Parts: sequence; structure tokens; C-alpha cells
Amino acid sequence: MGIFEKIIKLDRRIIFLVIFLSVIFPLIFKVNIPINITPEVRNVYNLIENLPEGSVIVVPCEYAPDTMAELEPMLYAVLRHCWEKNLRVVACGFYVTGVTLIEQEIKYMAKQMNKKYGKDYIFLGYRPYPAAVINSMGEDFRQSFPTDYYGTPLDSLPMMRGVKNFNDTKLVLTINATSGVDYWVLFGHERYGFPLAIGVTAVMAADYYHYLNSGQIVGIIGGLKGAAEYESLVHHKGLATMGMSIQSFVHLVIVLFIIIGNIAYFVIRKRKGINR
Amino acid sequence: MSTDPGIWLAAILTLCIFSFLYKDNPFYKFVEHLSVGVSAGYWLVIIIRQSLKQTFLDPLIQGQWQLVPGKLGIFLLIFPAFMGILLFTRFSNKWAYIARYPIAMLWGIGVGASIPLSLQNYIIRQLQATMVPITFNSWEDVGSLFIAIGVITGLVYFYFSKEHKGAFGGAAKVGIWILMIGFGSTFGFTVMARVSLLIGRVIFLMKDWLGIIS
Repeated sequence: MGIFEKIIKLDRRIIFLVIFLSVIFPLIFKVNIPINITPEVRNVYNLIENLPEGSVIVVPCEYAPDTMAELEPMLYAVLRHCWEKNLRVVACGFYVTGVTLIEQEIKYMAKQMNKKYGKDYIFLGYRPYPAAVINSMGEDFRQSFPTDYYGTPLDSLPMMRGVKNFNDTKLVLTINATSGVDYWVLFGHERYGFPLAIGVTAVMAADYYHYLNSGQIVGIIGGLKGAAEYESLVHHKGLATMGMSIQSFVHLVIVLFIIIGNIAYFVIRKRKGINR
Repeated sequence: MSTDPGIWLAAILTLCIFSFLYKDNPFYKFVEHLSVGVSAGYWLVIIIRQSLKQTFLDPLIQGQWQLVPGKLGIFLLIFPAFMGILLFTRFSNKWAYIARYPIAMLWGIGVGASIPLSLQNYIIRQLQATMVPITFNSWEDVGSLFIAIGVITGLVYFYFSKEHKGAFGGAAKVGIWILMIGFGSTFGFTVMARVSLLIGRVIFLMKDWLGIIS
């Protein structure tokens, strides 16, 4: 068996091992790769940057541990930006397996930024049927969430005084790993007209660019790359920036595998005299 | 190295899942079943606590339904709960038909709310975004031209009432190329997402568990 036949029949476990090693290598040797800011991420940043102090933004988070590698750094970067600008955050989660994860992440970030619950942020928790919940939030947040995640009535939380529905908020930024994005566009933006931005996993990003083109969303933070861009914008390099350096290195290895695999494939075909 | 038992448990479970990459084994199977079981239990607790308790039981016991203006307050609380309970009649052969009423209600409301908004969102707004004047003043205008070409040729490719020959066939060929570029970009994003998940786990193992990196 020649070298090309060996390449074509390469044990997939060797590929797994090489990919694993390509993740570890830049992690240990701290390879830094510059990150370019895309307009769709800058749009989100600029919108938040230009909001007046004390504005309320709604941050629905719909993801679970399976996608936290991409979306957790995104949430941290966005919250850091919001709280540096002294914005007030109303967070909620419509994805049942991620509720406590999101609650912990928001709490962690609030502690880092020295923000107080009820004054600078609240967490509404989970309710089923996002479409119905978004509709009722458009009328009054208290319809679906008479109490917050901890059972405290919304009216007794200082930051919710004077905040009735989306009309009293400046932006909805959903960080989402589900089809819940469509609900926010369909039942939220289209019906109530608030500015909507989305932070999604890389798998989903390509499917939502048409909303950007049609002006239904103001920006997209897509996957780890988007999170790394946002970290650069808020001048706080974290897990996403570290991850993107590794990501770029792994991509090079994958491209190399694709090129070698294709060369081997075509050489073998030529040897066998297959023209098409 | 971490001394937190939670981190150790998560690390061991992660390694059990990764062991599948070598070959299927009992450790992987155990963690797979554990994950399904824990998720189901967690799901149930959150639904009971966040939905049933906070939106039905607490308001009912504490009389918070009176906050809803008018005399319909209690009705708005009891009626949906009653309809929800009717769904459980599916477990009885004799009474199963009753479950159709709440299902019909859910479908009716869902379809009624979705159709006009879906038309607006998925068709009208997207058509508006496609039908923009094509000029050549900036690179964005060139992008608009590509979108128009992509939409038209993509539609031609999916038009099967006429044979794909001549100019029509050429347009269909352009359409399939554009579709391939779209699939390629989606696949590229997918690879990026999966690698991100691997990176997340490796960082967890090396930073939080082993403490090799800071």
C-alpha cells in the first residue's frame, strides 16, 4: 500500500489525536493571533456604548452547558460593557437546562463588577413557551414574571420601578443557542419594534445574517469569534480571545488535512484511470 | 491541581465522554445515561419551581390573582390550569378525546399568532431587503447585486416545471453554485463551533482541573 492509500485509510483516531494536540500546543505556548472587528459586532458595541447611563437593557440568555464554551465569554463581555456604562440589566432564560448556569454566570460577573441585585440587574428566571412569554412581556413584564427567579415580587425591586414593558427598555440582546432567536424577531421585534441584537453560536450565525440584511436586527455576535471581537472592543481579553488563538491554529491543521486528503484522493483516482 | 470535588467529578465525566473517540465503552455509556437522567430530573424541578409554583400555586394561595384588573383575575389563573390538567386525560383510553380541546386551543392560538407575523418576518421583510435599487456607488451596492442574482438563480434551480437547458439551465447552474457557497459557509461555521466546544473543554481540563495554565 502506497503513501496515498495509507493517507486515505488513515485511522480517524490519529486525526482526533492531532486535533487534540493542536488545541494544547497554542494553549501552552500562548500563540497570539490578531482579531479583526467585524461591522456586525461593532454595531452591537456602538449601540450599547451610546446608551445613556441608567438605561435598561433586556438580556435573555437561552443556552445550556453544551454551548457555554462559546456563549459564556460572550455574556461576560456584554455584561462587562453594560455595567461599565452603568446600564441596568434585566436577564431571563427560556431554556430550561441552562437556567441555573446563567444565574450563576450573571452573579459571578456582578460580583466582579461590584453590582447589586435589584439595583443594577435582576434575573427573571425561566418560563415555558417563549412566544407567549415574549408577547406578555410586551404588555407588562409582571404578567409572565410576577416575581423574579428568587420569588421576589418585581415591584419590590428598585430597578423595576417605572419599567413596565419593552417601551421602557433601550435594547434587547439575546444570547442564544436555540431557535428562540426567531421568537425574539417574530414576536418581539416585529410586534413591539424594539432594537434587537443577537449573540449566537457559530453553527447558527450563518442562518441569521438575513435578519441583519433586512434590518430586523442591529448586529450579530457570532460564536467564539464574535465573543473575542467583543472582548477586544471592551479591552478585556478573556477566554474567547484565548480560544480564538487556538481556534485559528486548529483551523490551519484542518485545512492541511483537507488539502492532503484531496491530493491523495485525486492521485489515487488518476492511478486507477478514473476521469470522473 | 484542583481540590474541588465538583471540578474533579466534571473532569472525570468529561474524560469518560471523550473516551468514545477511541471506541464505544462502558464508561461512555454510563455517562451518557447519567446525562439523560440528570437532565430529565433537572428539567422537572425547574418546571415545577419556575412555572407551576411561581405562576400558578403561589398566586393562587397568596391571592395575587386579584392584581389582574377586573373580575376575570381568578378565571385567567384557573382556566389555563384547568385546560392543562385536561391534557392528562390522554392517559385514559375512555377520556383521551378530552385532551383534544386544550390541544386545539394551543394550536389555534399558536397558528393565529404566528401566521401574520411569519408572513411579515420571513417573506415580506426579506423581499423588501432583496428588492433594493442596484447602483455601483459602494461595495455594499455590489453586495445587493449579488443578493439579487443569488435569489433569482436559486429560485430558478428549484423550478422543476421547465427543463434546465440553455439560458435557464445556465441560471440554474449559477444557482447551485451559490447554494454550494452557502452550504460551505454554514459548514465552516459548524466546524468553528465544534472546535470551540472542544477548546472549552480542554481549557477546563487544563486550567480549572490540572491548573497547568493560568
